[in-house]
Amino acid sequence: MSRYTKRNGLSRRTLLKTGVAAATGTLAAPMVWAQSNIVLRQAGTGVSAFNEIAAKALEDLDITLEMTALDSDSVTQRVATQPDSFDIADIEYWICKKVWPTGNLQAMDTSKIANYDKIAGTFRSGKLTPTSEIAQGTAPHTVGFVAGKDSREFVQEESGWMTLIPTIYNADTLGIRPDLIGRPISKWSELLNPEFKGKASILDISSIGIMDMAMVVESMGEYKYPDKGNMTREEIDLTLGIFTEAKKNGQFRAFWKSFDESVNLMASGEVVIQSMWSPAITAVRSQGIPCVYQPLEEGYRSWGGGMGLAASLEGAKLDAAYEYINWYLSGWVGGFLMRQGYYSAVPETSKLFMSEDEWGFWYEGKESMGDIVSPSGAILEGPGAVRDGGSFIDRMGAVACWNSVMDENQYMVRKWNEFIAA
Amino acid sequence: MQKLFNKNAVTGWLMISPLAVVLFFFLVLPIVMIAVVSFWRATEFSIIPAFDLENYEFLFGSPVTYTVFVNTFKYAILTWIFTSVIGFTVAYYLAFHIRTQTWQIALFLLCTIPFWTSNIIRMISWIPFLGRNGLANSTLISWGVIDEPLEWLLFSDFSVVLAFVHLYTLFMVVPIFNTMMRIDKSLIEAARDAGASGAQILWNVILPLTKPGIMIGTIFVVTLVMGDFFTVRIMSGSQSANVGRLISNDISLLQYPSASATAIVLLLTVLITIGVLLRFVDIRKEL
Repeated sequence: MSRYTKRNGLSRRTLLKTGVAAATGTLAAPMVWAQSNIVLRQAGTGVSAFNEIAAKALEDLDITLEMTALDSDSVTQRVATQPDSFDIADIEYWICKKVWPTGNLQAMDTSKIANYDKIAGTFRSGKLTPTSEIAQGTAPHTVGFVAGKDSREFVQEESGWMTLIPTIYNADTLGIRPDLIGRPISKWSELLNPEFKGKASILDISSIGIMDMAMVVESMGEYKYPDKGNMTREEIDLTLGIFTEAKKNGQFRAFWKSFDESVNLMASGEVVIQSMWSPAITAVRSQGIPCVYQPLEEGYRSWGGGMGLAASLEGAKLDAAYEYINWYLSGWVGGFLMRQGYYSAVPETSKLFMSEDEWGFWYEGKESMGDIVSPSGAILEGPGAVRDGGSFIDRMGAVACWNSVMDENQYMVRKWNEFIAA
Repeated sequence: MQKLFNKNAVTGWLMISPLAVVLFFFLVLPIVMIAVVSFWRATEFSIIPAFDLENYEFLFGSPVTYTVFVNTFKYAILTWIFTSVIGFTVAYYLAFHIRTQTWQIALFLLCTIPFWTSNIIRMISWIPFLGRNGLANSTLISWGVIDEPLEWLLFSDFSVVLAFVHLYTLFMVVPIFNTMMRIDKSLIEAARDAGASGAQILWNVILPLTKPGIMIGTIFVVTLVMGDFFTVRIMSGSQSANVGRLISNDISLLQYPSASATAIVLLLTVLITIGVLLRFVDIRKEL
């Protein structure tokens, strides 16, 4: 199989020699790859692998996207150990910190990214607005740039070589079932409130779960971390100690690892309060079950995803990958993802593909005027609804920490295993 | 004569060689590889060839390992008890109470019907059934048996063992049924003529003669349960761990050497378990 691809790649390159001038010059305009029939294999987390996007890419660009949806750990594994099994890695920034040093990804030349200047400040300088504070953890801009195409060291300024092109991101918090709880929830510490014994859940992905735990521990007033995103061994012991005790007392109904597990736990009423992701809330609500993405006093735990290019990409395939990324940022995808409750890296362009009411509801936090419809056509909200947490600036401005990989990651993972087995 | 013998030996070697080659490349070699890797060192994203006992030291030094092995044995023993009782009963009924062979075959096929679907689906369909607002709880409440939903029905050791029993009972039924069908019916007649009661026949004639079948079923069930990771994760809601989950966690975190070390220890444990089991019964009689 791999021999085949290589041979194709070679012959394609010789074929394209004649058309190379045309291919490099006009990146901004969409090109048609009909003759070459380019296939890009995209491996990523399930959150952004939508068939609709692949169908639209085929229609607009004539690029066939083969999407593989995996959980975060499996994607990390794939990128680190099987560099020839994908062309585009759709990963999160904390995964980037882990896998970049393997050299399996290549940096992108930002001068080839048409909308680079419009990418939200969070991913470039780290500041959403000139006055915003940089949150703890692996903030995207800290692993967003390297010195050159094949450089393996991150740099802290906008160097012109980007590791990942941001695709989607969001501010996460706890999801609750307001009908089964029946009182306001305003703090992270409620996750361990004995009132919800046997009805709470947390996600079993260590690098994300530990951050939710840290938010809870701080909220309980047990400890104030100097940096939640980079704990010491003692801090890890303390955090997991508190949660192990809660687990032994039967606080948790289950732990979830994949998106749909979290939806099922919530929709069936097995769990009334848990760590959750935004589209999972949407999925529960579209079944007609009340579910709130509860903004909390201590702020959000945020994450960001981006696409990285495989180091092996070259020639026509590399050009097609740039083409795809430019298309991704040009608005249609952004609009599609915003309707799922995510934010797009280039909000401005997404606006062109959303109605004024949709933009007002999802981005500006305004009251909806008509029905708010999900990309699959289900009605999520009627008129007069307001998004949980309000506007983009309110939500992304209240980020307390980013998903991260710590220096003591291996120790943390071992402790996490103990927590699961406890 | 000598020539013929040699010729036979050559044919013999040739006849086993395809199997030997397949087993060598797809069984022996991978296991040797796993054993080798278990001594390597790993960092976050790379593995380094070395001869290092660190993985084993960590494995035997960690209290988690012992809890998890105890858990694995607990699931294996509980599942074994239930599958063998149910399997024996079903096979006994099929072999001795159903008179015509047509019905025996028909009912036997009936037992295999659930196996026409994927075992993941068979397992996952328990979740809505056993849930807090699931069919089991709502039925029990409507009958007035309980007032509050039973929490331990789902995401507990109970649900894990239940799923195992459901998944693997057939592996008991088949070999036991097979041995029972070979029991010479005249032995039972003789026992009856000699004045043995039904229970005595069962205990003194049928049970000893079906031991090889039970043993084969046991080997199936014990190895399947000890090697499983997915059932435990799904049915316990990720709250319990067995050795398989330990290995799968290590793999997902790219800790291949540590996963290999655990796999080797698990392999040895299972081999010892089977070795002990085989001391009790000579399954060659069966074959």
